[in-house]
Amino acid sequence: MTASTANSPAGSAKFLRFVSEGIKRIPPVYPVFFIIFISLGFLSESYQTTPGIMTFLRRTSPLAILAIGEMMVLASGGFDLSIGSIVTMVVLGSSLILNNDPAMAPQAILVMLGLGLVIGLVNGLVVSYLKIPSFIATLGMMLLVKGGALYWVGGAPRGYLTDNWRAFGRGYFENVPLVGRFPYALLILLVIAVLSYFIFHRANFGKQVLAIGDNVRASQLSGVKVRLVRVMTFVISSLFAVIAGIMIGGFGGVNVTIGEGLEMQTIAACVVGGALMLGGKGSVPNVIFGAFTMEAVFSLLNLLGLPKPYKDAVQGLIIIGAVAYVAFSTRKKR
Amino acid sequence: MMNTTVSGNQFKNFWRSVRIPPVYIFLIAIFIFGGILDRVFSDGQVFTNRAIQLNILVRSVALGIVAVGQTLVIIGASIDLSVAYVISITAVMSSYIMQGEAANVPKAIVVVFAIGALIGLVNGLVITKLHVNSFIATLGTSLVVKGIINATFSNYTGSVPKSFQYFGYGTVGPIPVAIIVLLVIVIAGWLLLTRTKFGSHLYGVGGNVEVARLSGLRTDRVLIGAHILCSMSAVLTGLFLVSRLQSGAPWVGPDGLYDLESVATTVVGGTALAGGKGGVWGTLAGVLIFGVLDTVFNQLGVNPYLKTVLRGAIIVLAVASYTYRSKKEAA
Repeated sequence: MTASTANSPAGSAKFLRFVSEGIKRIPPVYPVFFIIFISLGFLSESYQTTPGIMTFLRRTSPLAILAIGEMMVLASGGFDLSIGSIVTMVVLGSSLILNNDPAMAPQAILVMLGLGLVIGLVNGLVVSYLKIPSFIATLGMMLLVKGGALYWVGGAPRGYLTDNWRAFGRGYFENVPLVGRFPYALLILLVIAVLSYFIFHRANFGKQVLAIGDNVRASQLSGVKVRLVRVMTFVISSLFAVIAGIMIGGFGGVNVTIGEGLEMQTIAACVVGGALMLGGKGSVPNVIFGAFTMEAVFSLLNLLGLPKPYKDAVQGLIIIGAVAYVAFSTRKKR
Repeated sequence: MMNTTVSGNQFKNFWRSVRIPPVYIFLIAIFIFGGILDRVFSDGQVFTNRAIQLNILVRSVALGIVAVGQTLVIIGASIDLSVAYVISITAVMSSYIMQGEAANVPKAIVVVFAIGALIGLVNGLVITKLHVNSFIATLGTSLVVKGIINATFSNYTGSVPKSFQYFGYGTVGPIPVAIIVLLVIVIAGWLLLTRTKFGSHLYGVGGNVEVARLSGLRTDRVLIGAHILCSMSAVLTGLFLVSRLQSGAPWVGPDGLYDLESVATTVVGGTALAGGKGGVWGTLAGVLIFGVLDTVFNQLGVNPYLKTVLRGAIIVLAVASYTYRSKKEAA
């Protein structure tokens, strides 16, 4: 009899409670994403096939990478508004360095990563040492990077991006078992996701970031090197923006407005993924799915034949709804 | 004797309540430095030409009006990122309704102010009742408004009648009407903040919502009011722009970067992003700094992209000039 407690009425009630508690603990972004994705599958057959899903994942990878970087800054209580213009800089600058010569691709990428590092460092140092709110500091950086990139190329894009540079965004591994074609972009996302998961959820760094976002003074008193950690979050965010920029350039080609509005979209993806504005909460897998959800919604609106303006409006409603939901559910717990 | 000291004190108190913020030193420094650069590298008209000096002010009108509204919201520890699209929808709707007919002007003005008030009300309600962070809430409403305008209008629509252009181009004696409007708005904002109950409540809410609530303020109403006023100021900027441009297009707001620049000028003017501190006179100085920069850059023929770079750098430097001494960590 004792062996079969699960069958007794009390045991099954406990089991049910366990399950329902478990379901409640699942962040809302997962069910939302799967519902939207399944409705995509109903609307278009390509979303039922592996290649279709792979294309979707390839398209979403840059936004997911941006969201991971931005989430780290958000979790520490800051903002990074400069990532959109970093993407523009990467695409414009690379086209200039490449100068239609495929052999220059490694140099172009290294230069961009170097610039990303500098931008992140400056953002972090300006916020930490000049005590400028990151909203203003990264807004200034956004103008600086965008203006600088356009000045560098002389106002209009020059040349095209060589195929080997673009491969990171649009290339595939062929003949992969089970899935067939596997996009490079998705592999890059997976690598970044695993690394970020480690530094954010397994190493001290993530706990320190969250502590700073929760209460700067308390974390300072308990020995967190607030400034160092903050600078690190900005550097990570900028570097991830460079990587995302390389992918986005891979899909889209050279365009002066390519990064416009990306910072807002990324912040929205983070918020849908449960990251808290002004810090204290954030999770790598959740914001990745936040980005997936945003992209799935865009695809859904496209499939429904809605023109782009409606996409903006729906995006606006979704982010308000998502945050209102989070605010509502956290207040209930209190 | 007695009387003169009292009035002297009154004058002192009055003068103190104006609170000239230190950013004016920065403004004067930029003006002098820009003027010197202009004298060395160009024709030196920044110092001598009255028309150019007036032009600095006229350039500042559009940003200045909306920045006053933004200042109210930021003092309340909130933010309004929807102003750019409120400006757009005002510009487009008013020129669409006016269709070049002077008789339609009152109708258009009533409609756009109603739209502005509605957007402000929605912003305020979403922030206070749904407890959505103001950054996200107003970003969301701005996307919704953006979607609606872009779905309805795709280019310059309608036009404003000659009589309405008086707002943008008219003068009273030697002074452009627009500058008078800007000053009236700044003074109104200052009186509202320093002389009314609403103003002191707003500082209270911005300083610490919980304390304000516990001391019996209806904090939600105060914030909603600030958001409505901010949207209305954006409407006024939209009306000014459309009277200058003679026709409204959906991109006039976002192209002018009015959302981010109104926040930037407010912070440059010494209003803390965290709320509870600051005022409209500082914001006016912030706006004038941008106006001086624009004029000097134009005089010197600076490359437009380089202008953007310098603008970014100067925003950061101006804010740094008084934050770097603060002991609190920024975020």
